[in-house]
Order: sequence, then C-alpha cells, then structure tokens
Amino acid sequence: MSERKLRVLVGKPGLDGHDRGAKVVARAFRDAGFEVIYTGLHQTPEQIVSAAIQEDVDCIGLSILSGAHNTLLPRVCQLLKEKNAEDITVFGGGVIPEDDIPGLKAAGIREIFTPGSSTDMIVQWVRDNVKPHA
Amino acid sequence: MSLAERILQGDIRAAARLMRDIDDGFGSAVEELKTLYPHTGNAYIIGITGPPGAGKSTLVDQVTAAYRSRGKRVGIVAIDPTSPFTGGAILGDRIRMNRHASDEGVFIRSLATRGHLGGLSHSTGDVVNVMDAMGMDVVIIETVGVGQDEIDIVRMAHTTVVVMVPGLGDDIQAIKAGILEIGDLFVVNKADRPDADRTVRELAVMLEMNSYREGAWRPKVLKTEAQKNLGIEEMVNEVEAHREHLFGTGEIRRIIEEKHAKQFLDNLRDRLFAEVYGHIHINGRFRKILDDIVERRRDPYSAVEEIIAEHLGRD
Ligand SMILES: Nc1nc2c(ncn2[C@@H]2O[C@H](COP(=O)(O)OP(=O)(O)O)[C@@H](O)[C@H]2O)c(=O)[nH]1
Ligand SMILES: [Mg+2]
Repeated sequence: MSERKLRVLVGKPGLDGHDRGAKVVARAFRDAGFEVIYTGLHQTPEQIVSAAIQEDVDCIGLSILSGAHNTLLPRVCQLLKEKNAEDITVFGGGVIPEDDIPGLKAAGIREIFTPGSSTDMIVQWVRDNVKPHA
Repeated sequence: MSLAERILQGDIRAAARLMRDIDDGFGSAVEELKTLYPHTGNAYIIGITGPPGAGKSTLVDQVTAAYRSRGKRVGIVAIDPTSPFTGGAILGDRIRMNRHASDEGVFIRSLATRGHLGGLSHSTGDVVNVMDAMGMDVVIIETVGVGQDEIDIVRMAHTTVVVMVPGLGDDIQAIKAGILEIGDLFVVNKADRPDADRTVRELAVMLEMNSYREGAWRPKVLKTEAQKNLGIEEMVNEVEAHREHLFGTGEIRRIIEEKHAKQFLDNLRDRLFAEVYGHIHINGRFRKILDDIVERRRDPYSAVEEIIAEHLGRD
C-alpha cells in the first residue's frame, strides 16, 4: 500500500496587506516534502474551509496580523465542525497577544506560533501533531 | 456506504477523499472508480496549457465565471510541479480562483506532478472521472506549463486552449514545442501589453502553414486580458464552437476513442509493471538478478526476457 503524502493549506484570512510570512512557511513545508495548497491573501473563513475540504488537506495553517484573529480563527474551526470536518487540524501564526492564546485554543485552534517561532519549529510541530488522514 | 456511493449522492468530502486515494495510489480507489464509471462520460473537458505566468489560472477563473453564468457546473483540476529534491510542492493556482471557493457549483482540485512528465499528474484522468461522476458539466484542466512536451493534455481534453503572451521569440519556441499542432484555439493573453496584435498576427501566419483537411477545424487566435475579464466571452464562444464542430462532424467519437485508448493502455502498462515488479521482489530475487548483472554473470536483456516469460507463463 502506498503512503499518504501530507497536504496542508496555507492561507491568510482578513484584510491586511502582505503575505510574506505565509510564503516563508509555505516554502518550508514544501521543503519538508509536504504538498502545500497556497491560497494567498484576503480569504474569508468560508473560502478557506471550502478549499480545505475540496483539497482534502490534513491541516490548515493560517497567518494573521490584522488583529481580527479572535473572530476569524474560531470561525474557521466552527465552519469545519458544521461541515463534519473537524478532523482537519487548524494552527495559526502571527502577532497574537499571549492573553488571547488560551481562548483561541479553547475554540479549537491547536497551536499558535508567535513571531519568534522558527519555520523548523513549525514543520516539526506539524510532523509531530498532524497525521495524514487514514 | 462506499466513497463512490456517497459521491453519487453529492458528498463533497467523499469526492475529495477519493481523489486523494487515487493520487496516493491506494488500491481501494480502483474499486470506487469501477462503481463511478457508468456515471461518467457527460462532462466536457477543456485543457488550458501554456508557459508559466501566461495567465492560465486567471483565465480559468474567468472562464469558470462565464460558464457559471451560463448555468453550468464546473470542475477544475490545476496541476503544479513537485520539487524533485524534496518531493514537496507549492500548489498556488487557487490564488486566482478564490472567489469560486465557496460556490457549490464549482469544485477545484490542485494536483502535484509527483514526478510525472508531460504536463499532467498521473492521477489527472481518474480525478477528472470523479468530477465527471459528480455531475460537473465542464471540467477545466490547467497544465503545469513548464516542459516543452505538454502533449498529454491533447489526449485528455476535448478542446485544448494554448495560452501565449505578447513578445518576441515566442514564435520559434512555439514551433519547437510542437505547440502549434496541439491547440484547438490560441489565446494571446495580456493583450494590454505592447505587441499583442503582432503576436496574434505571427501566430495566425504560422497556423496558416499547417495543412488542414477539407472541413477540418481551423484554430483561431484570440486576444484576452484575463485580469480585466476582456475577451473571455469570445474565448468561451470559440470553445463552444469547437465543441459543436466536434459533435456536428462526428469527430468527437475519434477524440473519445483516442482518449480511452490511451487511458486503457496506460492503465494496462502500469498494472503489468506493478505485478511484475512485485513478483521480482519476492525472496530477494531482484537482488540476485542485480548481482548477476553487475558481476557480468548474465546480461540484463535475457534477465528481462526470463522474467517476462515466467510471468506470462503463470496461470
Ligand atoms: N498585465 C496582465 N497581467 C495578467 C493578465 N492576466 C493575468 N495576469 C497576471 O499574470 C500573472 C500570472 O498569472 P497566472 O494566472 O497565475 O498565470 P499561470 O502561471 O499561467 O497560471 C498574475 O500576476 C496575473 O495577475 C492580463 O491580461 N494582463
Ligand atoms: Mg497557474
């Protein structure tokens, strides 16, 4: 039997302007041997979740700087649940205040990477925590 | 319920998972495809090929919008290259198509080449079959657009659109790549750039040099500006004209036969190879053959003949 290749969606919800960070992470995932579905800027949670389902990804990594993390990230998790897709792991990265992290985790975001995190750390976290769908 | 049964009931997750199983080479996918097969054969398949950055994804986005406004359901298969060094890939075609992401009449799947040459992934044909069975009226395939040998698309699509951009030097390249023979329609995108009209004329002149049978389809050269949605209706009308030509002349039958012949033979070759490959790996057989060849105890030609004879002789 063949082996699953890990598929990850990288996107950037919200309105703010650049996706440098998301691109760096996307490249690190590619170099780790993952297939990265890169959806770019200005995604709505609805678009992210539909794309994740159509692409059958194992996890979604969202980059966010806009300060709207407390609404956008939980919304993604809620929509996944509505579509019976909560087996897709969600993690986020960006300038997110420490105080907000427990609330985000309670909403279903599995991990939050703040600006100090290296791409190696993020890749390793995915390897350890995300198993491709059976 | 099996994946195939769920797909036939409109389950999107099941469809996405079967595409994954196909891509990952799961044997179970073959059983599901058998169930879906009677429900295929209805989708019209359009191939979009051309160099990276020509605007293929942007065109696919606009053409999708045009078909949606005509009431058609659209499946999209977008292929990007796998890195030969890491086995990973960045699949970025969706960036241009995000507005269709939550439209239930559109299903987009990004595929990586995973080492397959020819502009498509190994799985493309079967993934198109799944979309066909899902009831997509139109399936658009965007090829990788890197190699000069992206001719697989011709065997997969009913109408092949070749996308080019204005600029010098394209002409010579085009002839080299044999690209003039594969297009049913040529589009010079980025018509906002200088030299667009010249590129259109040059292409038209080169196409004149092809020889056409009486009554054969003659590919046109159109101008588009995908970013601004200019020329898209004309492009879709021309695709539709080609489709009517194929059905009107009965030529569609030949295209479909060729497509199935290729898929059948590819499949046969893959399955035969997989069987023989599995066979020679039993009991360290492969190791021994290899040692013998390396040590010059025997030649590789008769080793291959022996394996094949043995395999065909079984049961
Ligand atoms: N100037 C101009 N740029 C365009 C046009 N169509 C697409 N582009 C841009 O060309 C770039 C590559 O487009 P993309 O659709 O990704 O090309 P692909 O690699 O062939 O799929 C993007 O930045 C597009 O916005 C056009 O008609 N005019
Ligand atoms: Mg593209």
